[in-house]
Amino acid sequence: MEDGNASARPRRATGRLCSICNQRKAALKRPKTLEQICRECFYSVFEDEIHSVIVDNNLFRPGERVAVAASGGKDSTVLAYVMSQLNCRHNYGLDLFLLSVDEGITGYRDDSLETVKRNEIEYGLPLKVVSYKDLYGWTMDEIVKTIGLKNNCTFCGVFRRQALDRGAALMEADKIVTGHNADDIAETVLLNILRGDIARLSRCTFITTGEDGPIPRCKPFKYSYEKEIVMYAYFKKLDYFSTECIYSPNAYRGFAREFIKDLERIRPRAILDIIKSGENFRIATSTKMPEQGTCVRCGYISSQKLCKACLLLEGLNRGLPKLGIGRTRGSNGVKKHVEHRNSNTEVSDSNLESKQCGTLNF
Amino acid sequence: MASCGGGVGACHQSHCQRSEEDGGAEEEAREMASVSVDSCAAGGGDLVRCPKCGEEAAAKGGPRVLNGMCPSCFHAHLFGKFKLAVTTNAMISPTDKVLVAFSGGPASRVALQFIHEMQCKSLESWDASKSQALPVFSVGVVFIDESIISVNPSNDINKTIEEIRPIVSPLSPPHKDLHVATIENICSMNCNDGKTKLKKLLDSVPDATGKEDLLEYLRMHLLQKIALDNGYNKLVLGSCTSTLACHVISATAKGQGYSLPADVQYVDARWEVPVVLPLHDCVTEELKMLCHLDGMETLQLLKKPSNSINSLISSFISHLRDENPSRERTIVRTAEKLKPFGFNKFVEDKYHEFLPSRLRCKFQNTSNSESALAEVFCPLCGSPLSEPELQSVSDIQEKSHTAVEVFTAHCCESCSFQILPKEPVSLQQFYSILPQPMTRRVTGSTLDHSMLRELIGDCLLVDDYDNDGT
Repeated sequence: MEDGNASARPRRATGRLCSICNQRKAALKRPKTLEQICRECFYSVFEDEIHSVIVDNNLFRPGERVAVAASGGKDSTVLAYVMSQLNCRHNYGLDLFLLSVDEGITGYRDDSLETVKRNEIEYGLPLKVVSYKDLYGWTMDEIVKTIGLKNNCTFCGVFRRQALDRGAALMEADKIVTGHNADDIAETVLLNILRGDIARLSRCTFITTGEDGPIPRCKPFKYSYEKEIVMYAYFKKLDYFSTECIYSPNAYRGFAREFIKDLERIRPRAILDIIKSGENFRIATSTKMPEQGTCVRCGYISSQKLCKACLLLEGLNRGLPKLGIGRTRGSNGVKKHVEHRNSNTEVSDSNLESKQCGTLNF
Repeated sequence: MASCGGGVGACHQSHCQRSEEDGGAEEEAREMASVSVDSCAAGGGDLVRCPKCGEEAAAKGGPRVLNGMCPSCFHAHLFGKFKLAVTTNAMISPTDKVLVAFSGGPASRVALQFIHEMQCKSLESWDASKSQALPVFSVGVVFIDESIISVNPSNDINKTIEEIRPIVSPLSPPHKDLHVATIENICSMNCNDGKTKLKKLLDSVPDATGKEDLLEYLRMHLLQKIALDNGYNKLVLGSCTSTLACHVISATAKGQGYSLPADVQYVDARWEVPVVLPLHDCVTEELKMLCHLDGMETLQLLKKPSNSINSLISSFISHLRDENPSRERTIVRTAEKLKPFGFNKFVEDKYHEFLPSRLRCKFQNTSNSESALAEVFCPLCGSPLSEPELQSVSDIQEKSHTAVEVFTAHCCESCSFQILPKEPVSLQQFYSILPQPMTRRVTGSTLDHSMLRELIGDCLLVDDYDNDGT
């Protein structure tokens, strides 16, 4: 088999040595640096980079309960695997578990959840699944049947964000880690420039977000290239699910993604440079941030009277699916009467049970 | 935000409020669309009226242009944008000697035309005024011949001058001096020597993008040199919204996010001869259209096909423009929301205090506290260095002695990656042929000291003589 490979790809037959260990034969070209390295060195640089990102940014404290947002896709599968590895190897002392959201998309989520369930057994991490049906009374299939394929991603995005928080609160997690990788963040920086969204532009490169909220989220893969994540999953033969969501033919984001890939082809470093630019943008600190309050109906953090999920849900239940889509100004009509949260720090430290999860048929 | 142009200030406000949901770009597009729809409706039936002057476009014999405007209103519309940029940023004052950088493309052609029109108007008022107290600013034109790096280098500079002169000479009175230089002049005034030096310099940069960028920086230095040598005190560039939008994305992709706001303002006074961008608010399509309508001659510039980041980005931007014509404006506006630097506006100088208030330039509020801070600039691209970069400069400065080391330390991370050669030998060579204006930019006691040391190095007996000095 070796011989066959060698003759088919003469490039590999040169037998170059790994540029890191100088002992084994180089097996791959590292996407980030184009160094030719062997598999073992790739594993270690990939993991060590994530480790140093975690340490340098003080992402976790010992004893924290951390939810790994697991969709069954490549990013979250590698994240779950690497987090459990690093947790053991470097004694983070974290109590890890998998948290999945079941949107109720037949032919997509049911299959990917099977993957997550296999990972639960393989990595020995407990799994919690929260479903849209339980939380909101609607599955995505039902929503799409009602409103069609337009704006359905708005519902899904808003609901998922809250579902993760609710699931994490229910499991008494201190933090959520998500599998957003460097490509995702570079793409978000770019999209925010294209849209003129300066507030999001300033936030989107933060490694930890929502620190003033109940459960902060962080992105240990902030500097990890998508290609390397795929490569890692490929060589480690990790079990992941790789189908696109059947409801998401999103051309705009795809277009920006294509551009990022083209940039990476010319200069791999460009992805890191975009993130660096995003971090270094001189954004005036006086930029007004929305005031945080809580939703009067479900108690979730919201800058409006009703949180976005409750607003969308009300639209669904009353047969007005346009409610809450598009600009919020005026639609909620209560912007000025935001109930101020007395003390954010108090909430994040206090018992998470105080989040009124029960109000939504929980 | 205070130093952004007054013309777009109002839009900034509404954007900030809106930014919670989708960006305001879509709304902008809708506004634009609705204008053109309104104009059609106002005309009623077949009669299409220009929304500005009310004349029927057909009567004037011209095609309808942007938003149904007739050609003369379109000209006035663009000139208005230009004039607004000039006046709100105090770009040109009566005593100025202004140098217009003319590349032959539509943007700089329009800039030249508009500057000429402005000059004519102020000449008229000078003639009409009794006191004739207010002088008329003078204008010169510079063209830089870059045929050496184009696909088919033509060695005849006289031919280029022949092409440029018929464009510039009709723009008088008032008379405009024409300066023509070749890009290799930045390396050496001797033509052949300059050519070999420039080739060597560009060849030592392996990265295609880095090569293009270095050439651009060299061009800027040459423009500065010509302006200084001939006593100009303002340099007008034809950078328009579209070029700035490309710059925003490419600077982001090159990791220059910190220094980006310095490049997208109306005024850039970090150079010895301040640079102004009066076409900041016009997009390429408009400028091309105006050149076409008014019959302004432009030069056909052959662009070398390249696989650089810059060309990838310009095709990306043109793709975005096809999808939404106001996208370029949104991109530039995003960058304008970033905090500009102190040198991005003119500050009042003594001269203006003697003018009657009516004639004084309108300066913006100089309340920005940062204006007092002196920035350290990358000697290659001229971008101000960020905090961590400055930190590493001082770290390296402590250890290094040679001029090359100090120079390398002062380069921004982006230039270090894409322009500076990696091997010490080629780096030394690169530094030695780099034009003086670039190497001279690195100032500071350490460099002066080390330069002195190099001069007297052969006479020094003790090696670490200057250790306590640094």
